[in-house]
Amino acid sequence: MTGAPPIIVTGLNHWFGTGEARKQAIFDVNLTVMRGTLTVLMGPSGSGKTTVLTLMGCLRDVQDGSVHLLGHELHGAGRELNEALRRRLGFIFQAHNLHGSLTALQNVLMGVLVHGSIDPGTQAAAARHALTLVGLADRMNYLPANLSGGQKQRVAVARALVGNPDVVFADEPTAALDHESGATVVQMLKRLGQVRGTTTVMVTHDNRILELADRIVTLEDGRIVNDTGV
Amino acid sequence: MSRLLQWLFRRLPIGWLQLTHSRPRFAAALAGVAFANVLVFVQLGIMNSMATATMKPYGFFRADIMISASDANSMTEGGNVARQWLFQALADPDVIAGAGIFVANVNWARPEKTLGLTTYGIDPTLPDFLSPDMAAKTTTLQLQNAGILDRFSRGLPRDEAAAIRPQTPLSFEVSGKTLTLYDTFAGGGGFGGDGFMMVSDQTFLTLFPARRSAAPDHILLKLAPGANAGQVAARLRDLISDKTLRTRSYAQAAADDLSYQQTKRPTGIIFGFGVIIGILVGIVIVYQVLSTDVADHLGEYATFKAMGYPQRFFIGIVLEEALILAILGFVPGFAVASALLAGMAKATTLPLAMTSGMAVMVFFGTLAACSLSGAIATRRLASADPADLF
Repeated sequence: MTGAPPIIVTGLNHWFGTGEARKQAIFDVNLTVMRGTLTVLMGPSGSGKTTVLTLMGCLRDVQDGSVHLLGHELHGAGRELNEALRRRLGFIFQAHNLHGSLTALQNVLMGVLVHGSIDPGTQAAAARHALTLVGLADRMNYLPANLSGGQKQRVAVARALVGNPDVVFADEPTAALDHESGATVVQMLKRLGQVRGTTTVMVTHDNRILELADRIVTLEDGRIVNDTGV
Repeated sequence: MSRLLQWLFRRLPIGWLQLTHSRPRFAAALAGVAFANVLVFVQLGIMNSMATATMKPYGFFRADIMISASDANSMTEGGNVARQWLFQALADPDVIAGAGIFVANVNWARPEKTLGLTTYGIDPTLPDFLSPDMAAKTTTLQLQNAGILDRFSRGLPRDEAAAIRPQTPLSFEVSGKTLTLYDTFAGGGGFGGDGFMMVSDQTFLTLFPARRSAAPDHILLKLAPGANAGQVAARLRDLISDKTLRTRSYAQAAADDLSYQQTKRPTGIIFGFGVIIGILVGIVIVYQVLSTDVADHLGEYATFKAMGYPQRFFIGIVLEEALILAILGFVPGFAVASALLAGMAKATTLPLAMTSGMAVMVFFGTLAACSLSGAIATRRLASADPADLF
């Protein structure tokens, strides 16, 4: 894939807490993620990979250093810019975070409705199509409580992808899925990168995914200790 | 309902879906709002009935100016007024007639219950000072010890009241004297008595020998057509040398009485507080419902924030819930309160009723209170941090 890198991280530092309890979690992280690639962040618990993911996804304010996302600097970015950028992103959470009062179809619709401008008929069709792609055509009107863990995660994947995001941030997206479903989801993300140029940054401990990754970045104690192109 | 709301809001009716997700909780929330509505409706109903009951006796008479003693805060309270001021007032060129009215309570001891009748005495040869309904019956009042009775008196069977006619009068003993009722009029039990009775001034003085004809409770004046009651009252205040007297237009006297009953008398203050407490209870109930709902959905709201939904989207959800609770809670509240007021009116003969004015006022008040609760509850939205999702 060509074009400007959607994510450029330069000299990123981050701290948690205040006063004497203030502790640095990220140390001078530098990372450039190319368009259409599948990048995996690995590392032990507490290594800072999720913090880096949230900083790149404009879910957390950048304290020091620079994060350039989709052509915009996040250091000092206001709420409106953050909201506008988030609408161009897709998030897949380890805990699916589906809305319990909405059906599978309505949950996925929320991923399209945020864009507002598409006509209602197209929105519904897009949501149905996304659910069909993740194998839930027969579960569209089910509430999350009536879906299995794997089905919920697939709804969350459909919700993240239905709005054609430029970048997908995923945190252990296959943790609740069996081997086949997990592989299907990652292959889908990989294919989106190849076909649409969607960039994926994924935190995972799942070694099965590594063979599909374009790049594996390993963090330890808040520092990048290994950066391997596959 | 879901489709209607989707059409109205032009988005998924998330507030409605959240509220109805747990039916028992939704029912409890609606019951809470309805309960607050009932509280407010009943208190307003009582306040309104007090206003109606207070104004009722003013409707029995027709006058432009009323002269009362300084401590006469209502029609039935206060000292007497010397009749000489009536004659003094007649010296004003705009005052064309005057009449004294006497007020006292008559107890009619009946086997089942003693009726307390607020009794007015007036010169029956001056029918212009009475309402048309009363004026038509003044002939009977000219008879000695005759009276006409409020047919809606509390504790008086309707069929017994209906049987009171000039050809079939009803007599009873008061203070060792026989009083004969020849006719009835429409009054109604109030907070100060079970009903009303109208007698001539002479009969009144017979019933209450301690009272003197030269000292009625109030003086009523009629003015020449086109005269301004306020201006004439001001002139009379200058003219009458007893500066302690209250000389007001009749309408002003009625308004002062109402204000006194609502703001100075304990009952009025209590009912007013009842309304405020009802509103506060409603606000607290709706706040609790919405605040709990926001807390329960913080994770989901944080997810929507991560997806790029702006703050106004979440405020919209909370206000949508507030409006749904307000509207759907109002319906049962209105129905229950209407039934309660009707039942209370039947039991007490007080003019308790659901009015369209009350319904509109409480409906919009409920909308406002629920919106206020919703606005307060939205403060909890700040706790929805999308970074916590990872």
